[in-house]
Amino acid sequence: MDVITIFISAIFVNNILLAQFLGNCPYLGCSREKSVAIGMGGAVVFVTIMATLFTWLMQHFVLDTFDLGYLQTIVFIVVIAGLVQFVEMFLKKMMPSLYSALGIYLPLITTNCAVMGVAILVERKGYTLITSLLYACGYSLGFLLALLLMAGVRERLDTCRIPKMMAGTPIALVMAGLMSLAFMAFKGMAQ
Amino acid sequence: MVTVSILTMFGLGLVCAGILAAASKIFYVQENPKVAAALELLPGANCGGCGFAGCEGYAKAVVTDPNVPANRCVACPKESIVALGELTGKTVAEAEPLVSMRRCDVNNGHVVQRYVYHGIPSCAAASVIRGGTNTCAWSCLGFGDCVQACPFGAMKIVDDIACVDIQRCTGCGLCTKACPRGILELIPLRSRVCIPCNSRDKGKAVMDACKAGCIKCGKCVRTCPAKAISLVDGRIEINQKQCLEYGPECGQACVGACARKILRPIALVNAPVKENAASASDAGDNENKEAANA
Repeated sequence: MDVITIFISAIFVNNILLAQFLGNCPYLGCSREKSVAIGMGGAVVFVTIMATLFTWLMQHFVLDTFDLGYLQTIVFIVVIAGLVQFVEMFLKKMMPSLYSALGIYLPLITTNCAVMGVAILVERKGYTLITSLLYACGYSLGFLLALLLMAGVRERLDTCRIPKMMAGTPIALVMAGLMSLAFMAFKGMAQ
Repeated sequence: MVTVSILTMFGLGLVCAGILAAASKIFYVQENPKVAAALELLPGANCGGCGFAGCEGYAKAVVTDPNVPANRCVACPKESIVALGELTGKTVAEAEPLVSMRRCDVNNGHVVQRYVYHGIPSCAAASVIRGGTNTCAWSCLGFGDCVQACPFGAMKIVDDIACVDIQRCTGCGLCTKACPRGILELIPLRSRVCIPCNSRDKGKAVMDACKAGCIKCGKCVRTCPAKAISLVDGRIEINQKQCLEYGPECGQACVGACARKILRPIALVNAPVKENAASASDAGDNENKEAANA
């Protein structure tokens, strides 16, 4: 498949939140305000690309070489968790400005299934390293886009009269469903 | 297979742990333990009443900057402030506890609604449409922007007017910023008297619009022996500091002098307003009696 098609389809057609339904916890938890959504989305973009790079190397140079494919899930969990911890320490020392920008979101996504999901999907599809990174970039940008759209809608919802029983999470879930339906319109554009 | 799995995971764990242990040494950042201790003392409400970006910002500033006093937090109890002073080695000056006060008595004043508003339920939105729904352009609109802003649940809307719960109010001042009309004002909790009218209109206009509005007759200004009351920019301002310094000897002369009986103690302003009060002065008397009974 064309590299650009992979990138575009990762953002829109196979949007990780709205079409694959991975990582829905921050989708509801971090979409109250646009600034929070941008912080979380940015951290996910950063960590997903880093995690994909390292898990790809892990898969191809350790797991495949020693025929340990059945340990993929647990190994990826350890690698991603360790990586995020390491990156946090590294940023704190070397790039304090980026560290404070990502703030609390960096440790929060250590165990996010969207990050893990991208790492495993990349392996299932058998992409090369460059394509994998591009795919991870597209997916995480899709995450950022969906989160930002949701935050925009929820900021508008704050000024609406909502029946008490629907206020808060219920109306947010309805919005998430409608947004997912809207994104279904991209289906058929690419695989 | 089991042995290989266990050994692999053991090895992987060991490698990760080694790398992280090394990283924690290499990338170690000296952090002042006092900042964490100071943060522990603060309430964590992130109200911004201290003027810093959240409790963490203030904790950092109070520890590192010698010019930042330890009594800036308005929301935490006195013991915490004393502890914060001890922690940072700063002498704590007694901070005057402040409380939010509503400078409007629109319900007692029987202010007429000019039109029915069906827009976004927010004071900020309602106030821009032809000067708000009430005939008085200085009055409380009662959509509760202050309720939304208050992190301590001290504001509530009773009978379409904002009421301050003095017990809960910490004097952070977020409501004073949220109110599009500047009706809410921070005054010392000890204040003996306050003026629940915000209007800068001329006396005649106030008299037409509201039965409980200040008509700027100036009697209180002339009566006050402490010279604490003055007419500033078209409305009566009470210098609470001067008033408190003078003490209670005056017997609240201004309250007696007020032509419309609107000057009164803060507790009576913030109490929920009875709806079917016959007139402004009657309502004021009723409230006085209620307070006396209580």
